[in-house]
Amino acid sequence: MTTYIIKRLLISIPVLFGILLVTFVLARLIPGDPCKAILGEKATVEVCEKFEKRFGLDKPIHTQFFLYSKRVVVADFGNSIRFSRPVSQILVERFPVTIELALGGLVVAIFAGVFLGIISALKHNTSVDVGTMVLANVGISMPVFWLGLMLAYLFGLLLKDTIFWLPPSGRLTAGLSSIPFFEVWGWEVLKGTTKSKFLEFFANHYIFNALITGNWEIFKDALRHMILPVIALSTIPMAIIARITRSSLLEVLGRDYIRTAKAKGVKSKNVVSKHALRNAMLPVVTILGLQMGGLLSGAVLTETVFGLSGVGRMLVEAIYARDYPIIQAFTVMIAVAYMFINLLVDISYGFLDPRVRLE
Amino acid sequence: MLSQSTQLEVKNLTTCFRTSKGNVMAVDEISFSLKKGETLCIVGESGCGKSVSALSIMGLLPPSGYVKSGSAIFQNNDLLLMTTKELEKLRGNRISMIFQDPGSSLNPVMRVGDQVSEIFQIHLNISKQEGQKKALEMLKQVEIPDPESRMLAFPHELSGGMAQRIMIAIALACNPDILIADEPTTALDVTIQSQILNLMSEMQLKTQTAIILITHDLGVVAEMADNVLVMYCGQVVEYGDVKTVFNSPIHPYTKALMKSIPIIGKKTRRLDAIPGRVPSLDMLPSGCRFERRCAEKNDNIVSNCQNKIPPIFNVDSVHGSRCWLEKGNE
Repeated sequence: MTTYIIKRLLISIPVLFGILLVTFVLARLIPGDPCKAILGEKATVEVCEKFEKRFGLDKPIHTQFFLYSKRVVVADFGNSIRFSRPVSQILVERFPVTIELALGGLVVAIFAGVFLGIISALKHNTSVDVGTMVLANVGISMPVFWLGLMLAYLFGLLLKDTIFWLPPSGRLTAGLSSIPFFEVWGWEVLKGTTKSKFLEFFANHYIFNALITGNWEIFKDALRHMILPVIALSTIPMAIIARITRSSLLEVLGRDYIRTAKAKGVKSKNVVSKHALRNAMLPVVTILGLQMGGLLSGAVLTETVFGLSGVGRMLVEAIYARDYPIIQAFTVMIAVAYMFINLLVDISYGFLDPRVRLE
Repeated sequence: MLSQSTQLEVKNLTTCFRTSKGNVMAVDEISFSLKKGETLCIVGESGCGKSVSALSIMGLLPPSGYVKSGSAIFQNNDLLLMTTKELEKLRGNRISMIFQDPGSSLNPVMRVGDQVSEIFQIHLNISKQEGQKKALEMLKQVEIPDPESRMLAFPHELSGGMAQRIMIAIALACNPDILIADEPTTALDVTIQSQILNLMSEMQLKTQTAIILITHDLGVVAEMADNVLVMYCGQVVEYGDVKTVFNSPIHPYTKALMKSIPIIGKKTRRLDAIPGRVPSLDMLPSGCRFERRCAEKNDNIVSNCQNKIPPIFNVDSVHGSRCWLEKGNE
């Protein structure tokens, strides 16, 4: 198992390098140049030359890539062209928003999806089954941005002044601010260092930060702000998981070992929970890994609709501004997250199904 | 009231399946009784309703199947009228079942020990540790080599014969009154087959369990059976004790089956086969179901054979046949 994980991690290095190369090239293939995009169409040739020299854009492209790769190895993603700030600092601010959103979406999608799938399979060919599957189809067909807008309209506007009101944008109510755990606990951290960025990264997960510092006001507020974006984001994966769970469970329930379990006198509900479910989960786990991609791309739209300053929104803005360092760094980080999740999925196969041997 | 030694009395059991071509009758009014320590073999071709009869008794029919009529009296209660909860208490405890393919009949993601101990936990209401102890004991009884390490194995790590031994261990764990074995040796090779059959016989001697053995292998019948029930197209066509049925079969179908057994040492160019094929359940003939393949029908009775389903004619108190030829001999 350990050898397998190490092997997978080693394989991921050339993959990451490939991703780096492709994003580097693709970013530069976008028509238009960063100087015009940031300083405006009226920028003179002299000004642009100075601008390019400053950001190293005047050097031959392979030299640029070589210099860039050398820095990336030591986790230095350079400075953003648009903001003139270290990209790593921007990552530390933006990534936690998307992680909270995607994780929330994933958890809701798994629990609700699997639950609906089980109900649907057990009530096979009844009105409950048909109703759930119609709901799942509607869920799959609904565009995230439309659903997001409708949710914001319903819960943010129509239900205003009722107990059902939910904040339609932002991460915290105006006036509240999240105090990083290391400040609460009085740690002395020098700003700008790698250590401080690392700690800030965790502290910027507001819900997590509030939880470990015991700040329930922030915890509740941050959670409330997450509800609508998470619902919008999780609908599609939830619907897909529900459908997969249903068909997989139906197939498993027809297997010989389920008949054996019944012949042993296992109670109906235990037949499902103890014998069928674990066998039915393999296809669901496979889908989970693939859905992560959907969650991350869905996050772009969800973040835009709900005014969350996460990775997705930042990335789109960076593409408009030809902010190469940000495009590259963010793409690589998303790729890392995707690869990590899929590694987890592959490892979980080994736990779910003893016939799978990870070597 | 059943006599003391009668474990199970099945009367006129009829089971149907809902299909796209309408309802078809897979089992048509079969009746038999089973005594303590007795082995009853149900024999017939694939699709003749052997397994469906067993599943009907266990209440394990697939969703499209249902029992239309009949009764199966076990300890003065009709199994066919029981609720799922009542059946769950009997299944694995008083009546247990083993299946054809041991490889697919064990849960692939559960350790063997857990699957055996589960049945003790359910029916004896004991803790997992105690269940594991009893499971180990059971594995020893069914002669699994190195039982301690097999307890931790997963089914895919076992051979077919070993997996079937595990199934037998599960089935006999609670000393059931009845064991239904649905083609337990079909998926195994011949040497393993005889080991498994011997094991079943030994266990039966110890526990006096009554066995219903479903098979299409007449060799198995000869070795194991006390009584035989020959089925064709959902109906019982002949019944009797094993010696009588093997030595003097009456029904043309049973005779044809006996004739089709190859005899060692006898040189034949082709094996004897029954001509024609089994009629489809949705297009059964109105008369005798074997009529079109029958070698013995003659002009005197053929109109009866074609138009009327023969009843079972009893030759004597323990032997009967569903054939118009027997009408006069009854």
